Amino acid sequence: MALWPELIVCDADGASPQKGTRVRGDRERAARFGALVREQLPRLYAIARRLVGDDAEDAVQDCLVKGFERFDQLDDPDAASAWLTRVLVNCCHDRGRDRARRPVEVELTDVEEFSLYRKIAFEDPFPYSDSLHLDFLEGFGPDDVREVLLRLPDLYRTPLVLVYMFGYATKEAAAILEVPLGTLLARLHRGRKRFERQLWDYAEDVGLVEDARR
Amino acid sequence: MISCHEAARRLWEYLDGAVAEDDRRRLEEHLARCRRCCAELEFAEELRGFLRRSAQEEIPSDVLARLNSTLDELEHR
Repeated sequence: MALWPELIVCDADGASPQKGTRVRGDRERAARFGALVREQLPRLYAIARRLVGDDAEDAVQDCLVKGFERFDQLDDPDAASAWLTRVLVNCCHDRGRDRARRPVEVELTDVEEFSLYRKIAFEDPFPYSDSLHLDFLEGFGPDDVREVLLRLPDLYRTPLVLVYMFGYATKEAAAILEVPLGTLLARLHRGRKRFERQLWDYAEDVGLVEDARR
Repeated sequence: MISCHEAARRLWEYLDGAVAEDDRRRLEEHLARCRRCCAELEFAEELRGFLRRSAQEEIPSDVLARLNSTLDELEHR
């Protein structure tokens, strides 16, 4: 059974469609795509902001054009949200490759042993606080978090954004990124470690912890 | 009994429900005895909430208008 029956423009016997039927079918297809995507624009934009920062609008524009071109590949309407996210992630990845700024990569051995919890406790950046760790996190606004994420390589940033910011299950995120579940879990683990390390480094770079010590 | 080092490495996986049954039991045995790892687990939960909250962002009206305009063009070309 066709999942998108109104999109079928050929006659039942397989003969070539009439020109008017094709035009009507194309418009119906375009209208269906528009209806599907319009309600998702805020979510798509929010994801893109975390993946490519200021290039987010361009990335979503790319996603709209490529999604429209490939709309026929979507055969399950219930999978539309994840399918669109996959198209967007690929567009963001293409744009990320072109970005001049390179992520600040941290030595793996250093990162694997890093614990933000222990680092904050050891450094004690808020000597008069009775909720040291929460005070540290409260120093970050949404722009700061986005900057920290953009310091991570795409490989680790994208799984973190999909799973921990936008609530995708790990299996869904693995399907969106077209990687095995084990690979996704390993990237999440390494990504978390890098994210924690970069939160601390960013706090030092912009004076969040220095200010607190004064 | 697992070490604090091993427990700390697995806290996020634990919160994700991504540890095997035996590992989960050993981790919970450790947490029942170790206040520092319990505090680290609470911090991991805070950090997850912090990430979720950081995802909330309004799309600017001018951006939304331009994206809707692109969709209009796609629908009418």
